[in-house]
Amino acid sequence: MTEISAETILKLTDLRVEALSGAVLVDNVSLELKRGEVIGLIGESGAGKSTIGLASMVYARAGCRITGGKVEIDGEDVRAMDADGRRDRRGRRIAYIAQSAAASFNPAHRLMDQVIEMPVSHGLMGVAEAKAWALELFRALDLPNPDTFGDRYPHQVSGGQLQRAMAAMAMSCRPDILVLDEPTTALDVTTQIEVLALLKKLIRDYHMAALYITHDLAVVAQVADRIMVLRHGKTVELGTTEQILLNPAMDYTKALVAERKAADKLAIISAESHDKPVLEATGVTGVYGTFTAVKNVSISVARGETVAVVGESGSGKSSLARLIVGLLPTSTGEVRLHGSVLPPALKSRDRETLRQVQLIYQQPDVALNPRQTIGEIIGRPVQFYFNRSTSEVKARVAELLRLVGLPEDYAGRLSTALSGGQKQRICIARALAAEPDVIICDEPTSALDQLVAEDILKLLKHLQDTLGVGYLFITHDLGIVRRIAHRTAVMLKGEVIAQGPTAQIFAPPFHPYTEKLLCSVPEMRTDWLDEVLASRA
Amino acid sequence: MKIFGYKPPATAWVGLAIIAGFILIALFADVIAPYSESESVGQTWDDPSWSFLLGTDNIGRDLLSRLIYGARMTIGVAFVTTILSFLIGTIAGFLAAVGGTVIDQILSRIVDVMLSIPLLIFALIILSVFGSSIFTLVMTLAILDSTRVFRLARAVATNLVVMEYVEAARLRGEGLWWIMRREVLPNALPPMISEFGLRFCFNFLFVASLSFLGLGIQPPYADWGGMVRDNGKAISFGIPAPLWPALAIATMTVGVNLVVDWILSINSRPSGASAEM
Repeated sequence: MTEISAETILKLTDLRVEALSGAVLVDNVSLELKRGEVIGLIGESGAGKSTIGLASMVYARAGCRITGGKVEIDGEDVRAMDADGRRDRRGRRIAYIAQSAAASFNPAHRLMDQVIEMPVSHGLMGVAEAKAWALELFRALDLPNPDTFGDRYPHQVSGGQLQRAMAAMAMSCRPDILVLDEPTTALDVTTQIEVLALLKKLIRDYHMAALYITHDLAVVAQVADRIMVLRHGKTVELGTTEQILLNPAMDYTKALVAERKAADKLAIISAESHDKPVLEATGVTGVYGTFTAVKNVSISVARGETVAVVGESGSGKSSLARLIVGLLPTSTGEVRLHGSVLPPALKSRDRETLRQVQLIYQQPDVALNPRQTIGEIIGRPVQFYFNRSTSEVKARVAELLRLVGLPEDYAGRLSTALSGGQKQRICIARALAAEPDVIICDEPTSALDQLVAEDILKLLKHLQDTLGVGYLFITHDLGIVRRIAHRTAVMLKGEVIAQGPTAQIFAPPFHPYTEKLLCSVPEMRTDWLDEVLASRA
Repeated sequence: MKIFGYKPPATAWVGLAIIAGFILIALFADVIAPYSESESVGQTWDDPSWSFLLGTDNIGRDLLSRLIYGARMTIGVAFVTTILSFLIGTIAGFLAAVGGTVIDQILSRIVDVMLSIPLLIFALIILSVFGSSIFTLVMTLAILDSTRVFRLARAVATNLVVMEYVEAARLRGEGLWWIMRREVLPNALPPMISEFGLRFCFNFLFVASLSFLGLGIQPPYADWGGMVRDNGKAISFGIPAPLWPALAIATMTVGVNLVVDWILSINSRPSGASAEM
């Protein structure tokens, strides 16, 4: 890390943000950020991390108000300033990098025009000067063909590149403070490591201060000097990175650290011998137009077995799931259920076939109809597949809700009133309502917080033990694979490059790609990133 | 006071009051109107007096009574037309979005053809061929108007059918009707309701303009558009007779639009306020 100067550059004092409904989102949070220092803000969603990040620019999202406290940049109280004064500070002194670069760039403008917009509109640089500076940033950020990179549109570059372009945009006015809001969360592990290294270098080279917001302790351990743990808008603990990781004082911090460490462990489940497979895909190929998303993949799932499919985004994992359920017709190969070949198209499959294979989605928010009650959502498959009477459906819904650990009276609620974890439980209950033999889980935990995701995994495991259902578990998270999968298939560019019992996949000799995936998962050591980079150099 | 869980602003209250007022007038026309709808009770274009509060029309009928009965016919026809056009347009639009490419192409191209012919001319042709009974008037307007509803319903539904909950229903093996009715419709309701208000206004004005051309509601029934036409010449004599029905049309249009604006604002408002800048 660079030396931290004594000069306090950003100071938040008793910051308080409230929702219009009166709920307190950020409750008297104070922190001091010095030049050259990186403070990590960590906590679950709803902890107020992003709200603090935005409030440090004296900005509150729609529906919120900053109701108390001081925000000082270089000793000047920005909250007391008028709109012009605040606008002048934003971008020029303090800049923001959002989680989703794809949502932050205007798709209709070239990258260069968006990167130079801020310094030009602030009157800091002329167009030519701003462009020269942008090119220098593109080079510093290791972007391919930096001279022509700016001529592209946002959809023409990859997610990792776009995230770096966003860093360039934030740097365009040479700000002193960066607010980084989960800048690597939406990226694959292999891309995350590159972006992380570059952001770290950028902060060091230009001697800036930064607030780094994330929910992953291992990530923040690589960049932060100090870590602030937040929960329900309150500061739980603020300490140096070493102290938080090695010697957490508060119970909540201890739980977070312990949970993250558990994910690092190689608690591999042995591949027990299972009966003959229920669901079997042999040599399936799936094509979108001219693009082959899945190439000659064979995979099988038996009752009571969990088969994991891992790979980066774009590796064809989800397409494989769509092939199996019939949403994407197979162009070669066949899918068998209990030994009989399934028709490739969804429309020609009968109800009984559809019942036996269920799907759980990544985003529970869009997988549940916001205008149906929980009772209707879970009850429909019961009524549809088993043709039960209204009272029987009601009883079954109550039973299913109990099974997934939710109170029975949730049946009358709308899904919009539930949290992410609860919604995912509803999705699981809906899948179970069909009494399937195999459930395809498409990244069921990646949209959830760490502790919540852990509960969902436990629930899935418990259900497998009691009901004997088989899972085809699609994920990019190797920590999950190690803990729950009996067998694992690694996918790269539509092909399965390694397949076998999980213990075997995660033990040497590795396939080179498996090894790259494995060593890209951040570990809870402050020197992990430097070590990995050194070993790759 | 709240309506459907929302607190209407003052403008919406004005709109609601106007609509409620006209509906009451339409319902109780027999009780309120001082004279009958078709009876000549005075001279041509009598000045307003205590016996004829707004004066009389071109053949000596009481203008106020005609306005009151006219509310019934004009609002009634526009209302039935709009409901019919929404039934046809929404079902066809959802079917196009949910039912796959072939159905979508067939329905959309039919609608394209209908949209390419100017509405008024289309209506004029059909009404002159089939004659202008209230039934043909309503059916013609409803079918023509449903093409506009179709476009909106299809656009809204196209955005909804890609949601995973609709995909989940398809994977369950649900039929088209269920997907349209239970998965798509409830989520499409907010924009469709606001559109209902707007289209009601358009139909209202369209009936008025058809009546003005003599193809709308036929005598002796009173309707506001027809009243403007019948009394149009009075203006050149400095008599305000055609202004009263015109004023009624304008008031009703403004009233409906005030309510529609409110409903639109509910749908477009994310969480009740804008960001603090």
